[in-house]
Amino acid sequence: MSTLSQIFSEVVVLLSGPDPDLIEIVWLSLRVSLTATFLACLIGLPLGALLGIKNFPGKTLCTILVNTLMGMPPVVLGLIVYLMLSRSGPMGFLQLLYTPTAMIIAQFALVLPIVAALTRQQIEDSWREYGDTMSSLCVPLSGSVKTLLWDSRLSLLTTGMAGFSRAISEVGAVIIVGGNIDHLTRVMTTAIALETSKGDLPLALALGAVLLTIALAVNSLVFSLRARIT
Amino acid sequence: MNIRSFIPIAILAVITTALVTGYVITNSVLADNRTVLVQSTTSTANSGLYDYLLPQFESETDIKVNVVAVGTGQAIRNASNCDADVLLVHAKEAELKFVEGGFGVQRHDLMYNDFVLIGPAKDPAAIAEIEDVTTALNAIADSKSIFASRGDDSGTHKKEQGLWQQSSTDPTQHSGEWYRETGSGMGATLNIAVGMDAYTITDRATWINFKNRGDHKILVEGDDRLFNQYGIVLVNNNKCPHSNTKSGERFVNWMISDTGQSLIASYKLKEQQLFYPNAIQAEQ
Amino acid sequence: MLPLEIKDVALTVNETHILRNINLQLTDNGITIVMGHNGAGKSILLRCMHGLLEPTEGKIQWNGDTASDVETRKKQAMVFQKPLMLNRSAAANIEYVLKLRDKPKSLVMKYLQSANLDSKSNQPAKSLSGGEQQRLAIARAIACDPEAIFFDEPTANLDPDATLQIESQIISASQQSIKVIMVTHDIAQARRLADDVVFLNKGTITEHCSADKFFTRPESAEAGNYLSAYIK
Repeated sequence: MSTLSQIFSEVVVLLSGPDPDLIEIVWLSLRVSLTATFLACLIGLPLGALLGIKNFPGKTLCTILVNTLMGMPPVVLGLIVYLMLSRSGPMGFLQLLYTPTAMIIAQFALVLPIVAALTRQQIEDSWREYGDTMSSLCVPLSGSVKTLLWDSRLSLLTTGMAGFSRAISEVGAVIIVGGNIDHLTRVMTTAIALETSKGDLPLALALGAVLLTIALAVNSLVFSLRARIT
Repeated sequence: MNIRSFIPIAILAVITTALVTGYVITNSVLADNRTVLVQSTTSTANSGLYDYLLPQFESETDIKVNVVAVGTGQAIRNASNCDADVLLVHAKEAELKFVEGGFGVQRHDLMYNDFVLIGPAKDPAAIAEIEDVTTALNAIADSKSIFASRGDDSGTHKKEQGLWQQSSTDPTQHSGEWYRETGSGMGATLNIAVGMDAYTITDRATWINFKNRGDHKILVEGDDRLFNQYGIVLVNNNKCPHSNTKSGERFVNWMISDTGQSLIASYKLKEQQLFYPNAIQAEQ
Repeated sequence: MLPLEIKDVALTVNETHILRNINLQLTDNGITIVMGHNGAGKSILLRCMHGLLEPTEGKIQWNGDTASDVETRKKQAMVFQKPLMLNRSAAANIEYVLKLRDKPKSLVMKYLQSANLDSKSNQPAKSLSGGEQQRLAIARAIACDPEAIFFDEPTANLDPDATLQIESQIISASQQSIKVIMVTHDIAQARRLADDVVFLNKGTITEHCSADKFFTRPESAEAGNYLSAYIK
């Protein structure tokens, strides 16, 4: 078995020389997961806020559904997206299978319920406080959604980070729809899975350490952003 | 809201636009017919064979080859969904069925190597001296030593099932006891075998390339029945209109050509030849 | 937008009668104080007048317009017991309603000055003291250009000094001929401010008369009891 010092020296090797392959993989991971998270927030934040504010028949059902989808296994989601994008599937003509775009679609679908569900809870709680004033001022629904999203921006930043963490760390969906193709759809998690299957456990663990370092960097960046918008 | 608060959002929006534009470009390159999509078994990919062969092919033809490495069973299923231009696996019967079903144009023998039976150095079933692989399997069964099976319908799994059939043991009756079906890829199964001190069957290329061996080693090899034939199939345009037959055909022809075959023969890892070309002799 | 006419209003929720048999007419500007015990339905009545709640029976009309119509409601504003500050600067809180009512941004300072908060315009509103927050909430309500403004126990959580500052804002609003309708438990405050008083008991109005008369010779026994502790 691999010892800690072996892993550590692998990490040092990985991080010391600017290995172009590693940079490519890291950059693709970031591109895919950041884009997926950003798009999921673009739709999930207003959707979650609407669910939190507006009363309509079937609201409870919608809420339960969104909360349940948070627990969607990435592999199952990957399979669904695969079946959609497969050349023999309904959207096969788009030729998206085994591309970074397919990976973004899968991770978007994975992150969307997380963002929507956490936003809904956050906004519903705020609405209890804001509801009277917003109604009294005759703020239209769209205005209330915007106001509450903006006023909850700090906790929603954490919501976004929860979504990003899910995206950057999952392997089940991207390996199915991306195919782990070298120089095209290989990301950190699929590279880790590959090295594990080759039995190169120190390298796999070192890649894991690099992945965590990236997550740390992104979180630090967001945290500094947090300080600015307070 | 002050203007400054919008700056991070604006930055994010700009980044996203840039990223999305990047994908559109990547995708338009892919949709172009200068690429071949290969569904492949893992052993050929993990052994580094493609990294050795493909740059040569790509520079000769200006066609980019994208390899999706999965188990043979899944590779065939994916190709049956038309998600491949070329299929490169090691389960002859399944390959022929694929062609018969109209999914493949023609199957070619490509190359071969062999399977090996590996196990822990202390060898509780005492099979190290046995040359006959079915006798060795019976010995494992009799001593109730743990055996890790792929259990995933892969080429290796099919080979292993065939060998058990020729033995006097039906291991599936002992599933969960000494016969452990991992339902995983070769690498994962090897990791499990090493972790559980279990025996398992693997192809030689994967074993040579595998790093987490622990004290496991090859115990049985050389039996004729451990022969491992790789085949290559062009996906049929009639069944899969989106498939890129033109470039796919060039790739298949190149692989079975003298150039491709001699390159396969020259690929060595740790000074050992991993694959032996046999396309021309056995072409069907 | 006066007169406010309330005819045979009742509000029943889950078979509980919260308001019943409410008849009221407010014709004059000035400050109307609504008093009564806890649970008498004062805040609910205020919300009905403001059109936030729809009564289950009867009609509430402002000069003939239904109270719950958006156009009617836009001519009113309400200040709550606990002020809600938007999570942004004091100035941005005012700016928010100016934008909502299509009024120029340049008016921000005027309203901040009216609340004596011009020196704190850039501070996050949520970091202001309780009294300052309520003053900002009132300035924000007035920035809506209402013809009527409701106060629901606006000084319940404040110290005497802050209370007096709020009262001067209320008086100033009334002087700008905005109709003020206010709920308070503070009898001294009611005496300082009221032009007329509505007394509510168990969901119904037992008395509506001028402040002078209410505080000296209340007609209903309930109002008499309510005031007696104070008058002694």
